Amino acid sequence: DRVLLTGVINISVPVRSVCVCLCFHVTGARVVVSARTYADFTPQATFDIKKCDLHKLEEGPPLQAVLTREEGLQYYRTMQTIRRMELKADQLYKQKIIRGFCHLYDGQEACAVGIETGINLSDHLITAYRAHGYTLTRGGTVREIMAELTGRRGGIAKGKGGSMHMYTKHFYGGNGIVGAQVPLGAGVALACKYLGNNEICVCLYGDGAANQGQIFETYNMASLWKLPCIFICENNKYGMGTSVERAAASTDYYKRGDFIPGLRLDGMDVLCVREATKFAAEHCRSGKGPILMELQTYRYHGHSMSDPGVSYRTREEIQEVRSKSDPISMLKDRMLSNNMASVEELKEIDVEVRKEIEDAAQFATTDPEPPLDDLCNHIFYNDPPMEVRGTNPWTKLKSVS
Amino acid sequence: MFLRHAVWYYHAFLYSILRYHVTVRDALNQALDEELERDERVFLLGEEVAQYDGAYKVSRGLWKKYGDKRIIDTPITEMGFAGIAVGAAMAGLRPICEFMTFNFSMQAIDQVINSAAKTYYMSAGLQPVPIVFRGPNGASAGVAAQHSQCFAAWYGHCPGLKVVSPWSAEDAKGLLKSAIRDDNPVVFLENELMYGVPFEMSEEAQSKDFLLPIGKAKIERQGNHVTLVSHSRMVSLCLDAAAVLAKEGIECEVINMRTIRPLDAEAIETSVMKTNHLITVEGGWPQFGVGAEILARIMEGPAFNFLDAPAVRVTGVDIPMPYAKILEDNSIPQIKDIIFSVKKTLNV
Repeated sequence: DRVLLTGVINISVPVRSVCVCLCFHVTGARVVVSARTYADFTPQATFDIKKCDLHKLEEGPPLQAVLTREEGLQYYRTMQTIRRMELKADQLYKQKIIRGFCHLYDGQEACAVGIETGINLSDHLITAYRAHGYTLTRGGTVREIMAELTGRRGGIAKGKGGSMHMYTKHFYGGNGIVGAQVPLGAGVALACKYLGNNEICVCLYGDGAANQGQIFETYNMASLWKLPCIFICENNKYGMGTSVERAAASTDYYKRGDFIPGLRLDGMDVLCVREATKFAAEHCRSGKGPILMELQTYRYHGHSMSDPGVSYRTREEIQEVRSKSDPISMLKDRMLSNNMASVEELKEIDVEVRKEIEDAAQFATTDPEPPLDDLCNHIFYNDPPMEVRGTNPWTKLKSVS
Repeated sequence: MFLRHAVWYYHAFLYSILRYHVTVRDALNQALDEELERDERVFLLGEEVAQYDGAYKVSRGLWKKYGDKRIIDTPITEMGFAGIAVGAAMAGLRPICEFMTFNFSMQAIDQVINSAAKTYYMSAGLQPVPIVFRGPNGASAGVAAQHSQCFAAWYGHCPGLKVVSPWSAEDAKGLLKSAIRDDNPVVFLENELMYGVPFEMSEEAQSKDFLLPIGKAKIERQGNHVTLVSHSRMVSLCLDAAAVLAKEGIECEVINMRTIRPLDAEAIETSVMKTNHLITVEGGWPQFGVGAEILARIMEGPAFNFLDAPAVRVTGVDIPMPYAKILEDNSIPQIKDIIFSVKKTLNV
């Protein structure tokens, strides 16, 4: 039997750190010692990914995904950033520095990251209120996301939106009303088709929203008018405290689009999500109309910070997902076991991410709140300044666009 | 031969009389046509707007001229298509979303308020929503309770929306064009009973760039004794009441609000400071209504000290709209109700 012993010596040089590994391969009676540099990492590898369940589709996404080292490191970094950002938000919420609603995304990172890698920044995306991860992947910075959570003027919406109302270019939030974002997303897709810009809209909703009537109204119109819309159901098994079995007569969310072709896939595997998104994007861009994806995923936190998340599911279940299906661990194991990165390198990324989050949290807790004279601004766009009634007849406040 | 000439001259005479008279319906149609032509991003969607030429024929001829891309028939799914319209506006188009009547907008009201009205504020100026929601509002004739509600107060309540309520053909044309060019969500409340009413249209109003400002009321009739403030179809009744009262020497100043939100309080105040008496007239219900808001503002503002009598409201009766004609007629303000209220206020 082969036994692999690996010793690692880390030598830091001014420009880059070079990882020198002494590997002892014991095969039979021979011992081989070799020095490894970055040039020795596997530049790319092909991974088998789980087959998608298909609905009204002859064929699905490929069963293999090619991952380059650069991509892997980037996906790892982004997922880790989302993870640590959400955990920091948890901390700040418990310290009462974040108030109101706070719906955390940890556990579901592979969805946001995988989707973004399957589309372009010039495409469009809209989701519901569990939106911090998407705000990041769509171009927001950790600083401005955290400062929005703490309600400061440096927030991505200047402190006026909060957790559920963050926007960036081609990212339409952050929407608080369950299901309302789905028709909006189809409308964005209609604009893409109307303007002929070959862009598509990714329109996300959860298993809880999947039973909303307006979603079925949207399926109908999107299909009739062949809108370039990818509907994505992030099925994390619970709509607030209600499990999918208790909420839906049919939990095959990927089939609920009926006449719309659908895919169901493992939402914890970033490569699965990427390949399926690419497949779906191609479907839309070729003018075939909408398509539906169901991502089977899991949230470690409760529905929101007011929900401990253990009254309707067991701690064992949460722990099992963490140990067997964590999206970041899955990617990490893949990369390490295929020699695409070293433990040290990934640890270094962790350290950098931690620092970024700390800096952002520092900013988010020290940046001042918005000025009071911003109170009535942004009511109308492109309008002359106007007066807004204050809390009493003598108080006239100013509003500018 | 003589008969044929006579008929021709008769028609030419009629034509010259009617040439400058335009119905509200045709004025709306003109506005839609002109704005569709002017800006490629403008499009119309709603039930029956395309191939049926519009449930009330407001969009007659537009589908034939502009085609499927710009004039879109929707299924009967208000919440869905209103949301789609709002999303399209967010992504850079300029949709006009028609509700067959505003009663059906209740099914979509979340999209109007939470997705359209509030978004520019929630995003601190990142995401404007240039959309117009239009359709007939308020009582019609014999359509009973579920099809007769006035939504001026409901939409007028919400910051982030502009709410417009035209009366005449000029109002309809100028205000709809302004609404479409406005970069914000506008709720445009038409009136089915006014669609067929012809109005004289000035030369100026016939121009393709004729716009009326949103937020400015118009004084339709000057007077010294009492201010009548109204919107939409009730303006006609106020003018009719004013004509009757003039014979008794009572001169009413009739203000056509034109816009519900932002309310032109200044125009009303200026008038009240002249006439010292105020009556609001609306078709909607009294509680928390348009009249209630106007009276509150007058109380809180400089015109209060000029009132010689309490300001009052003439409104629809506080009941769901009945069907039988005699009941329906007595559910909304009639000319005699306005006259009665004027005389009570003036104590004559």
